[in-house]
Amino acid sequence: MALVRIDALHKHFGSNHVLRGIDLDIEEGQVIALIGRSGSGKSTLLRTINGLESFDEGCIEVDGERIHPHETDLRALRQKVGMVFQQFNLFPHLTVGQNVMLATRIVRKLGDAEARELALAMLDKVGLREKFDAFPDQLSGGQQQRVAIARALAMQPRVLLCDEITSALDPELVNEVLAVVKTLAAEGMTLIMVTHEMRFAREVGDKLVFMYQGRIHEAGDPQELFANPRTPELASFIGSIN
Amino acid sequence: MNDISTWDIARNLLDGALWTIGLSLTAFVLGGIAGLLLLFARIARNPLARRLAQGYIEVFQGTPLLMQLFIIFFGGSLIGLEISPWLAAAIGLTLFTSAYLGEIWRGCVESIPKGQWEASASLALTHVEQMRYVILPQALRIAIAPTVGFSVQVVKGTAVTSIIGFVELTKTGSMLANATYQPFLVFGFVALGYFALCYPLSAYSRILERKIHGSRAH
Repeated sequence: MALVRIDALHKHFGSNHVLRGIDLDIEEGQVIALIGRSGSGKSTLLRTINGLESFDEGCIEVDGERIHPHETDLRALRQKVGMVFQQFNLFPHLTVGQNVMLATRIVRKLGDAEARELALAMLDKVGLREKFDAFPDQLSGGQQQRVAIARALAMQPRVLLCDEITSALDPELVNEVLAVVKTLAAEGMTLIMVTHEMRFAREVGDKLVFMYQGRIHEAGDPQELFANPRTPELASFIGSIN
Repeated sequence: MNDISTWDIARNLLDGALWTIGLSLTAFVLGGIAGLLLLFARIARNPLARRLAQGYIEVFQGTPLLMQLFIIFFGGSLIGLEISPWLAAAIGLTLFTSAYLGEIWRGCVESIPKGQWEASASLALTHVEQMRYVILPQALRIAIAPTVGFSVQVVKGTAVTSIIGFVELTKTGSMLANATYQPFLVFGFVALGYFALCYPLSAYSRILERKIHGSRAH
């Protein structure tokens, strides 16, 4: 049984049909790399999985939690789905530790000591334990993004969504974030990432999903697809980024 | 008729100024509470709440304060309610203040980047929790300077209540001017009184603004 099931998903932005029937099953522990040109619907697809975007038809199921079009009660789903954003989106008025602890205390209702311990463990995982009392603007972009990962992990999600998480970083900071993601993948975390890091997608991804005009145009083993794209659209996309 | 000394004038004006301060504080505190409710209605998901709050704000921002006071003062007696000038002034200024503060604060809330809403939503916080822990603490910092700045408008707004007979600084001034035939002296004092109340507020607002723009986000 797949951990994430996406079934005949359709979405419109006004007259623009951005998702045109997406079917996608994701197994526990899989690392999915979503690629495609801007406007292909890859970010929109990712954002529907935790309800940041609504959809018009179809169904999404994560670990038994089903959501239907225009669902408004998303709390249970969001506890199973973590998300990391391109712009980090740390809470600037809170320290690193408070950023990581906020939702574990409010949503998961952990006590102070327990929340603190968990936050320290998560920060340890991303190598930033000593930044517990720092404020976000005292950190580099790469460090901020690692805190954002720790914050999402502290909710102990079943799936982690990553929306172009290295796109806003200076080139020399990209690797420290990718290294964290790689560790998560190795530990068996289920990851769905929209990414432009093709080398990373090829190395770490279990499945490559190429989106084109609101549909999944091609999907399969990353090594194979990069070596032998079956469609001219994927071939031209790979050609354009190399 | 010149048995009213300058000292008497000053003493009476000081009494009036106390009423001006009292009315300003009342309007500001009650208007702040009502403004907070308006803010929540303005950014609520319920479209009816949003529209009602917007209508309220448009009415109070789109009509002169004096007309609002007339309607409360004379409208009250029309339906048989005995409304004193003090009560009419307090109600009128409170409503006026709430409409402006609600709108100022909505601007502050809306200036918080969308990513803050999305990140807190993705952590499974409810709408109220997002407001309480993520949005309002940040919006509050931005709101302090314009809020203090607006308090100057409230203080000056109290002068209008003299027209419905509430005896505050301006009304005291016009009564003294009539009694002493020295309007220039009296209203000079009155103006000084308003300046003494307003200048510290606007200076403080400027300091706060500089502090917030010059400092880091915490």
